Amino acid sequence: MTSRSRIPFFTAIVLLILAGTALAIWRHVELGIPWLTGEERPVWMVEARIDFNAANEPVLASLNIPEQSPGFRILSEQAASPGYGFSIVEKEGSRRAEWSKRNVVGPQTLYFKTQFIPDPNANRDRPRRAPKPISVFWEEPQATAVREILMQAEERSSTPESMTRELIRLMQPDTQAQNTTLLVSGANQLDLLVRMLNHAGIPARTADGLKLEDARRRQGLTPFLQIYNGDEWLTFDPKSGEQGLPEDTLLWRQGAASLLDVVGGDDSSVSFSILRQTIPALQLAAMQSEENGFGFLSLYQLPVEEQSMFRMLLLLPLGALMVAFMRIVIGIRTSGTFMPVLIAVAFVQTNLLPGLIAFTSVVAIGLLMRGYLSSLNLLLVSRISALIILVIFITAGLSIVGYQMGFNTGMTVTFFPMVIIAWTIERMSILWEEEGAHEVVVQGAGSLFVAVCAFLVMDAPLSRHLTFNFPELHFVVLGLILLMGQYTGYKLSELRRFNPMKAYD
Amino acid sequence: MEWISPRTLNRLGMLNMNRRNVDYISRYNDRTSYPLVDNKLKTKLVVAEYGVKTPKLLQVVRQQHEIPHFREMAEDLTGFAIKPAKGSGGKGITVITGRDGDEFIKASGARVPAAYLERHLSNILAGLYSLAGTPDVAIVENLVESTPELAKYSHQGVPDIRIIIFQGYPIMAMLRLATTASDGKANLHQGAVGVGLDIGTGKSLNAVQFNRPITLHPDTGLALENIDIADWEEMLAMASRCYEATGLGYMGVDLVVDINDGPLLLELNARPGLAIQMANGRGLLPRLRAIESLKRHHFTPEQRARFAIENFSSQQ
Repeated sequence: MTSRSRIPFFTAIVLLILAGTALAIWRHVELGIPWLTGEERPVWMVEARIDFNAANEPVLASLNIPEQSPGFRILSEQAASPGYGFSIVEKEGSRRAEWSKRNVVGPQTLYFKTQFIPDPNANRDRPRRAPKPISVFWEEPQATAVREILMQAEERSSTPESMTRELIRLMQPDTQAQNTTLLVSGANQLDLLVRMLNHAGIPARTADGLKLEDARRRQGLTPFLQIYNGDEWLTFDPKSGEQGLPEDTLLWRQGAASLLDVVGGDDSSVSFSILRQTIPALQLAAMQSEENGFGFLSLYQLPVEEQSMFRMLLLLPLGALMVAFMRIVIGIRTSGTFMPVLIAVAFVQTNLLPGLIAFTSVVAIGLLMRGYLSSLNLLLVSRISALIILVIFITAGLSIVGYQMGFNTGMTVTFFPMVIIAWTIERMSILWEEEGAHEVVVQGAGSLFVAVCAFLVMDAPLSRHLTFNFPELHFVVLGLILLMGQYTGYKLSELRRFNPMKAYD
Repeated sequence: MEWISPRTLNRLGMLNMNRRNVDYISRYNDRTSYPLVDNKLKTKLVVAEYGVKTPKLLQVVRQQHEIPHFREMAEDLTGFAIKPAKGSGGKGITVITGRDGDEFIKASGARVPAAYLERHLSNILAGLYSLAGTPDVAIVENLVESTPELAKYSHQGVPDIRIIIFQGYPIMAMLRLATTASDGKANLHQGAVGVGLDIGTGKSLNAVQFNRPITLHPDTGLALENIDIADWEEMLAMASRCYEATGLGYMGVDLVVDINDGPLLLELNARPGLAIQMANGRGLLPRLRAIESLKRHHFTPEQRARFAIENFSSQQ
């Protein structure tokens, strides 16, 4: 009977725990929120530097900038160019940074900085509309040579990829046959490849890649060949025929016709400097959450003040879990069920040792004063009220004395919840009268022990990090607490309490 | 520090706190019945309809301004007990056994002025002893005078008999004797002596104080081996009747034997403690399971008491 009726309950708990964990993993993968604190992620800072000589006329400099580089995501973009008007424009599917100025003379330098985050899954280049091969016209005798080579390559290949590889191999200087020499003598090899592939019905284009190496200056771009295989753009090294982008290579230009256009200037050039930076993974995740669709689920969107409040609030479940564990599984007696959690919260603000000293001294002084109050024969409510005021006096006194003696920590007493302390004193005092000092010590020590345990759990950097950045993990905490609510086994303390039963075994 | 293994406890059928709460109290005790047992005044009224006698009610103090009337009423009394209606674990119970001029003599022998009792009443009304700190009422009852054959075992205070009633069946019982350590109170965690009673005969089994087995009463020095409760079957039936009155499936019934009125119900407890198992030297679980596996329950309290005597006797 018991087992059957609890199946839905346990299923719900398992689902709860699974949901919490799954959500956390999903957010870790999707938003890149790190599991551990202090985790850092590399970020590439690439600075494009444009130099040109202005010829005293209106200048328009237009630089192609990456939009969707395979394997990288753009974190930030920034242009530095005093006196120039700047904007980023989208033209025919490519993005260009444009600088403009009315009257310029002499050598000019413009900068464009971008931060890239390596992300293997980012931006696989899948055009929405399949590109068509550009029709190419060849004059004799090249036309015959092209036809010959393409036939050769086609014979030894089955797919656009293998066809490309074969073609690149055939065009190598050492394998060059007569036909090839005829072609190569005329033109740039890469352009030639693009034209031939287009002629063979495979959409092809050139791209420029930047090899990312830390602390490099004045780097140029390396040309690459890209073909469309019917699904996505693939990158080839036009020299070796190797497919795929080499590691740590950023495609700066894809598809667009030109890298840099300068109107109103001459002798223009673009060079790149590269710097490898690291930023905390958490900061990265927070920056990205704004643009990411799942960002609205996180707490980063809240105003900073509320965020810090939630940081505290989200720690409370851990304290509650601790109290539940200590009371249900270990069997420690505390005075007041959740008083230890509130004390632990105060400890988080005061730090452990000053907090412990402050708390015990306030309670001890309070107990002495309560002894006098009990002889006054007051009604309960007014006695507690009087006690609250006395507690405030005590804390104020301790703060002032502590400050005068040079302990700034004395001030931290104010973090303790006054009303809770007043009730604690009242309960302890009643306990003292009814059950004796021994029980007061047992329950007081139990409460403090649980409070310290809860504090240690709540104060650990890891738990602060996880509770705030993965709030969904509280489903797991909730599940565990519910699970403990069904724990019917012996408490640790009962194993000692029932020890005399050994005699009857 | 010595420990007992959970396996041994299981073999002994020891009921533990968590299982008691989850499998018995929350399953068999209907929340709506709690006020009946948590409030001694209500308990008195409801069990009276089922023929269960309780100590005579002398006065109920409900408001602070009624406290002065207490002094008038107490003028002609020698012995009485002040209890918070919603108190638990014997907290806030003050027993007055006699008078010395204007002063009252507590069960412990201490003399207290009337003002002390008035302050105590005021504390009770403010809810100091009530379960959730809610405002309470104080009840003043006739002092129970225990029969001499039981009274001699107890140091001050009245010995009472705790019987665990599960679904109307008495399943385990113990005699609780006050000690100096317990300040005249019969609560085991305060230091009272618990003497296990054989449910089949009403004769004593083992005795414990502070969870440790003892053979002699620590104050009176009397051997605790040969205690025999008179009219045992009748007491079991009386305890069993409280099930009909409250509908609580798992409860502790506290009885006293008064020299004039016979067995009286002191109070009911919806969360009876576990120490009774140590006093009896055996666990509750086998008996609880025996009742749970009954196909048909007996209808009358007398039949249930008979069933318990036949099945749960430790002679077997």
